[in-house]
Amino acid sequence: MSEEHLKNTLKMLRDRFGLHESELMKYPPTFMATADKIVEISRTLRDEFGYNLLCELTAVDYYPEDMPRFHTVYGYYNIAENSRMAIRVPVNGENPSLPTLSEVYPGANWLERELWDMFGIKFEGHPDMRRILMPYDWEGHPLRKDYPLGYEEPQFTFNFDEIDKRKHHGRYEEA
Amino acid sequence: MGVEQKAGNLGVVTVGLEEAVNWARINAMWPMLFGLACCAIEMMSAQAAHFDMSRFGMELMRASPRQSELMIVAGRVSRKMAPVLRRLYDQMPDPKWVISMGDCASCSGVFNNYALLQGVDEVVPVDVYVAGCPPRPEALIHGVITLYNKVKNEKLGTWV
Amino acid sequence: MADPIELDYPELKHLVSERALKGETVLLNMGPQHPSTHGVLRLLLELDGETIVNCVPDIGFLHTGIEKNMEAKRWELAEVMTDRTDYLNNTGNNLGYCQAIEKLADLDVPPRAQAVRVILVELERISNHLVWLGTQALDLAAQSMFLYCFREREYILDIKELCSGQRMMTTYFRPGGLWRDIPADFEIAVRRFLRMFPSRIKQYEALLTKNPIWLERTRKIGKISAEQAIALSLTGPVLRGSGVAYDVRKAQPYSGYEQYDFIVPTGTNGDVYDRYLVRMEEMRQSLRIIQQALDKLPYGPFRSNNRKYVPPPRAELGTSMEAVIHHFKLWTEGFNIPKGAVYSPVESPKGELGYYLESDGSNHPYRIHMRAPSFLAIQALPVLAKGHLVADLVAIIGSIDIVLGDCDR
Repeated sequence: MSEEHLKNTLKMLRDRFGLHESELMKYPPTFMATADKIVEISRTLRDEFGYNLLCELTAVDYYPEDMPRFHTVYGYYNIAENSRMAIRVPVNGENPSLPTLSEVYPGANWLERELWDMFGIKFEGHPDMRRILMPYDWEGHPLRKDYPLGYEEPQFTFNFDEIDKRKHHGRYEEA
Repeated sequence: MGVEQKAGNLGVVTVGLEEAVNWARINAMWPMLFGLACCAIEMMSAQAAHFDMSRFGMELMRASPRQSELMIVAGRVSRKMAPVLRRLYDQMPDPKWVISMGDCASCSGVFNNYALLQGVDEVVPVDVYVAGCPPRPEALIHGVITLYNKVKNEKLGTWV
Repeated sequence: MADPIELDYPELKHLVSERALKGETVLLNMGPQHPSTHGVLRLLLELDGETIVNCVPDIGFLHTGIEKNMEAKRWELAEVMTDRTDYLNNTGNNLGYCQAIEKLADLDVPPRAQAVRVILVELERISNHLVWLGTQALDLAAQSMFLYCFREREYILDIKELCSGQRMMTTYFRPGGLWRDIPADFEIAVRRFLRMFPSRIKQYEALLTKNPIWLERTRKIGKISAEQAIALSLTGPVLRGSGVAYDVRKAQPYSGYEQYDFIVPTGTNGDVYDRYLVRMEEMRQSLRIIQQALDKLPYGPFRSNNRKYVPPPRAELGTSMEAVIHHFKLWTEGFNIPKGAVYSPVESPKGELGYYLESDGSNHPYRIHMRAPSFLAIQALPVLAKGHLVADLVAIIGSIDIVLGDCDR
């Protein structure tokens, strides 16, 4: 039952929207789409084909490449027919932006906020675009590849004082 | 002839001031609930019936900082949480002690990155560090007893 | 009427309603440090007397940068961090990660390893539901339940310690199977637990299920309909409490779940009481699965033989040169996974936990994303809590079973 439905869906995506498959994703079956069509595709999937659960909304940063720099991954699941599929949308590096999906799937609200916080991808039409995981005055988008990991060097004798200064409460004399 | 010989059967015992005050502080030290992450679950296990912490005086955990003496920082402290931690520490009345429970609170443990404080002693002075990821409840109790031994040896001059 | 209030951050005005700005309703901060929020969750409540008009959650106080940190570590070393995301479901997280790697690398898992994985994951599910039950009952003032549940949990932690040496963060599952074979007294310990536990569940139900106070505090609270829940991307017991029988173990069976016979309990009303009943029944079904898996536990190897990913046993190093070469490569550089991306869902006790894993052919993950069920559950909190009293909010937060480590990662 689910194989049949999945085949029909994939056929529809190929014929009606002219999408082609992505070679990168091994599971679930994935198509590549463009930013302007994603809301329409989602609406069709939800209303006509019953993909009512949005499983996944995440992004990948391919830093040295600029066009496209990010790939946003949308994962859909059809509870009644038990079929799963995904769509990848490439986004450019400067002023990355996508139309919001929160009218079609209300659950995408916070997922898009997380993408803005971590990657800097703006979602047009989003009711509440602000940082969700980092403090509100943080600068930078941490999950980008050009953002440093920010780790602390291990404390050896040559940098003992420098690291000790940061732990100003960690000294033995202070009660 | 000291007071003790004169007092006789009156039921009076004399002891040094430091010993008396430290004895009172140790035997009913109430911690403040500051469980942040995984170590909080082990702290709850230590409080529950199997490894009972109320044997050692920590009968209950107070949620309000104004009514507690000990802050057990259990879990990783992120940069967003650090000002909250400092504020709660400032709201606790003296005398107060801090136990840094677990690797993440002592030195950020497994996570060496932008989002965490590298050790909670960047913001608050710590008295006892308990290692482990997460430390067993017995390790936490050992840390508490170490703190008690430290408090027992406190002198008049260092009191605030 | 009170004076209109000045907000410090005018750009956040859209979060509160007009009545708050006029001073009619009170803005209350249920701060990050609170005994009932089960972690560091900050809620900004807008109250009209005691009734909640709106509730704005503020998360991120436990954000650990796990996803970025895993990109800097090798594949097998990064597994350590997956334990610590949802810290009440350690083996479940390990299973999701290992399965994603096995899908990407086409690695086989021997049936013995699959059965042991199922046993440990179901034990973890029971342990998670015990912590949920203990803390929810503690919040609703049934304090002895907390002590009972943690007492039972000690048996499960003892079993985990038998296998791996650690009570909570075991990292016992590795890509290709298990870290080492289960010890001889594993089966005895699990069977003892299976004999002891059903009577305990009966005790808990006798305490709570028909208790008038419990019914009063949990019935008709936090109702959500099935369509609303699906639209908000909720999964797990919250969705099943509203009547939708979606369970990844039945829909897309993994690790041998298709051989085991169990039902997926669902509720009818979608309120806190139904979610409580769903989780109690799930504990019983987990016992059924463990019984079947233990009875059918096959003999055989506990880890795959594919030496590109799995280190050779120590005894072979003395005789075989290939074994030494594989050992050397795995310990210095780690294994490489061919280029590709996969989304692999597992059923965690809180919902569908999905691992999106992308590799670019090197020895460390290129991108890993954990689709966290708690993140979406907290997003649904304003919808669940509208119109209820503050005391009911505590019951609702308990019933959606959030773990902030899972939400913030």
